[in-house]
Amino acid sequence: MKHLISVQDLRRVDTFHILDTALELDRVTNGGNKLLPTLRGRTVVNLFYEDSTRTRISFERAAKRLSADVIHFSAKGSSVSKGESLKDTALTLNAMGADMIVVRHSSPGAAHRLAHAGWLDASVLNAGDGRHEHPTQALGDAFTIRAHLRPGAMDFDGLTIGIVGDVLHSRVARSNIFLLASLGARVVVIGPPTLLPVGMAGWPCEVGYSLDARLPELDAIMMLRVQQERMNGTFFPSELEYSRSFGLNRARAQVLPEHAIVMHPGPMNRGIEITAEVADGPRSVITEQVANGLKVRMACMYLLIGGEASAA
Amino acid sequence: MPLNSYLIRGSQPYGENEQDIRIVDGFISEIGLDVEPGNLHVIEASGSVSLPSFVDLHTHLREPGREDAETIASGSRAATLGGFSAVFAMANTSPVADTAGVVEQVWRIGRATGLVDVFPIGAVSVGLHGESLAELGAMAASAAGVTVFSDDGHCVSDPLLMRRALEYVKIFDGVIAQHAQDPRLTQGAQMNEGELSGILGLAGWPAVAEEAIIARDVLLASHVGSRLHVCHVSTAGSVAILRWAKEMGIRVTAEVTPHHLLLTEDLVSTFDPVYKVNPPLRSRADTLALRAALADGTIDAVATDHAPHPHESKDCEWDSASFGMLGLETALGVVVAAMSETPQWNWRTLSDRMSSAPAKIGRAQNHGRPLAIGEPAHIVLIDPHQAREVVAIELASLSGNTPYAGMTLPVSVTDVFFNGVHQVRGGELVG
Amino acid sequence: MTKPLSAGTTPHSETGSRVVADPDDISRALRRLAHQVVENVKDVSNVVMMGIPTRGVPLAARLAKNISEIEGVSIPVGSLDVTLFRDDLRMRPSKALEHTHIPSVGINGKIVILVDDVLFSGRTIRAALDALNEYGRPAVVQLAVLVDRGHRELPIRADYVGKNLPTSLSEKVLVQISEIDSIDQVVILSGEDST
Repeated sequence: MKHLISVQDLRRVDTFHILDTALELDRVTNGGNKLLPTLRGRTVVNLFYEDSTRTRISFERAAKRLSADVIHFSAKGSSVSKGESLKDTALTLNAMGADMIVVRHSSPGAAHRLAHAGWLDASVLNAGDGRHEHPTQALGDAFTIRAHLRPGAMDFDGLTIGIVGDVLHSRVARSNIFLLASLGARVVVIGPPTLLPVGMAGWPCEVGYSLDARLPELDAIMMLRVQQERMNGTFFPSELEYSRSFGLNRARAQVLPEHAIVMHPGPMNRGIEITAEVADGPRSVITEQVANGLKVRMACMYLLIGGEASAA
Repeated sequence: MPLNSYLIRGSQPYGENEQDIRIVDGFISEIGLDVEPGNLHVIEASGSVSLPSFVDLHTHLREPGREDAETIASGSRAATLGGFSAVFAMANTSPVADTAGVVEQVWRIGRATGLVDVFPIGAVSVGLHGESLAELGAMAASAAGVTVFSDDGHCVSDPLLMRRALEYVKIFDGVIAQHAQDPRLTQGAQMNEGELSGILGLAGWPAVAEEAIIARDVLLASHVGSRLHVCHVSTAGSVAILRWAKEMGIRVTAEVTPHHLLLTEDLVSTFDPVYKVNPPLRSRADTLALRAALADGTIDAVATDHAPHPHESKDCEWDSASFGMLGLETALGVVVAAMSETPQWNWRTLSDRMSSAPAKIGRAQNHGRPLAIGEPAHIVLIDPHQAREVVAIELASLSGNTPYAGMTLPVSVTDVFFNGVHQVRGGELVG
Repeated sequence: MTKPLSAGTTPHSETGSRVVADPDDISRALRRLAHQVVENVKDVSNVVMMGIPTRGVPLAARLAKNISEIEGVSIPVGSLDVTLFRDDLRMRPSKALEHTHIPSVGINGKIVILVDDVLFSGRTIRAALDALNEYGRPAVVQLAVLVDRGHRELPIRADYVGKNLPTSLSEKVLVQISEIDSIDQVVILSGEDST
């Protein structure tokens, strides 16, 4: 495997290989406190066209923990008129000898273009391309779910995972839906119709508009962030109405099964899609998600560039 | 030897029986068997199909303003190599073709190049802003003799403005060619809206945004008693509306691009912007509906929507890329490939859809004429067995954004006569 | 010395490979190693055995058991995956990680005996020393191997050797351990078979 662009490129065995590697790396580094020499001499470039401190830091720590050199490239502007084009940036980084490019971009398919347009020799790791995908987030979430609900398992059969909110604009949702389904989980997507893509009939998940109706079935519930822009647009009438119908509050959390875990990719709008009480409550694994994201990112880096450069 | 005079020996007009065609002084003077050449140059054309050259109702020649992508000269070269004798040049140039001055300029440059007849299309609204009517009458009365008006690139979305435009062009038997795309439903749209757009996370362009405008416009055209032409129809729903409208006797005509006949939206999952086009590539069901409609005449014409773009506009991420594909040089091959399995399709139908029907819609008098004595010698010879690989860099267009690069198309244009001038020989421009 | 291959367990052709140790040879060697350790290390209660995956792990367990039987003391056994510390990672596709387990007594101040099946270039042991470093500071590190086949590329030597096997570089030494391979034996594969 040379690139990680989309979870749809991963077979089930590949996914569990990544999760097992993440587990082992975590043990070896004693929970991330030790440095490994494994990627010494490799150069990892964080090419971020979208501001995202938390993701950038996570990738940076992952690379540094494996002793790779890390370069930050905060790029602004798109290819047309403003700033340097994606292609020129790629050619420059290639000339500088990057082994891996971790790319976050606002345009769906940007990572795919970087990987396949012939501009780079490096491995490409998609850190989020527009609304399309965010594979390492989904892998981290799968790690979290496995740790709590199916430790050591090689499938997620029998698990029901709920994903709630703005799926239309969410790369985290897309990656999670397709990854969890590929692992054998039953995925239930809940949200207002205005925030669900047209044509989901063929997706490997169920779709519902009522959160309350599905709560009792869920082993894990993943709340998605609702962005400010959607609230002012034509997607739904007001924040309050959204919270009333789709927010995870104490009453709803109590309807969840005992063992159910509460997840959120962050950053949260406390009080809108999730109340502070639930976010900080005993069922919340939100902070673990951050730590697990780091673990799987280390695993992905090791697996992609820890060995010899492979053919695409 | 007299000029613009040849004997084309042994071709099959409309793919039917072999005949010889004699051209004298740019006109067809005889068609028959064993025609005497006299002192005329003989072109051996046995095995070729001869057709009237094609007419493209929808081309972007980019001049004035974007000569880095294409010029009237380079576009004319691409057109004649594709077997066209006439092209209608869209108005979204810079400056916009919304005055007699600009359309006359385009017309003159086309004449000076002399490879095809360039018919400028005039804008419907000033600056293509969709607010007030452009000087349609002045453009019609100019040397360019404009009869087709379009804001293509933009939809005339204001129903009142569309009504006025439809009414106004009745003065000079003009036609409004609508780019059907409701702007409110397609803000930021990148690809066909459907299951794939949902998975890829690209903003969707729903079919209803095209269909709703067509439905409105055919009713308006009916109400005011005017002709309407619909550009680049792309959905099965649009076909259904057109079929209904024609059954009701509404004077609507429609065109389809070669790429909408052959290519589907699954190509978008490569994220290669060469497949980014407006209207977008749609589903297989839409493609099949378009083919059936072209065969039965619900769609009257093939029009390329040839849209050259410089390399930088396509060599980038999807969202930033320009919309559009080349089409002039590959049109015939793509249409033949796309329609090969559709019943009721033969060289006669192809000739109607690519030559006579578009000429009629655009009121291009000397074009789309049958291969018959006394008609202008605008003739294309086609080798129906010579497949050709499309190589972007070998195209005459200044740009290279063809979605067919590397594909092999089933037939080739070998010779083209324009007013009897033998200007394409063996698939290459003469001189 | 050529011996017929045991039936049904090794997929190699009969020509170009020879068995150089059978289950009895191996079991004797492990007993001998255990005695050598006991003789050499005065206080076996301070010993921790760390097997290098894959086959070093069951070997370490057996060796520890042998020592326990001799001295009546239980020896902690762990495993030490060295993949992440290798210096030749870039020369092959990235390898799946094996399991590292440090016994609960830790390794600080202990006599750590690394156990591996074959000692060859010495690079695996160099990586193992780096790996050990990450987990603590042993008082002493020693090395026990079942087979030493020569051709060292680094100044590394084993303290306890089950069998010295001179080999040529084109040959491959295959150690099979019943916990993993259903049979105990050591096979040398000649050049053509060493793929």
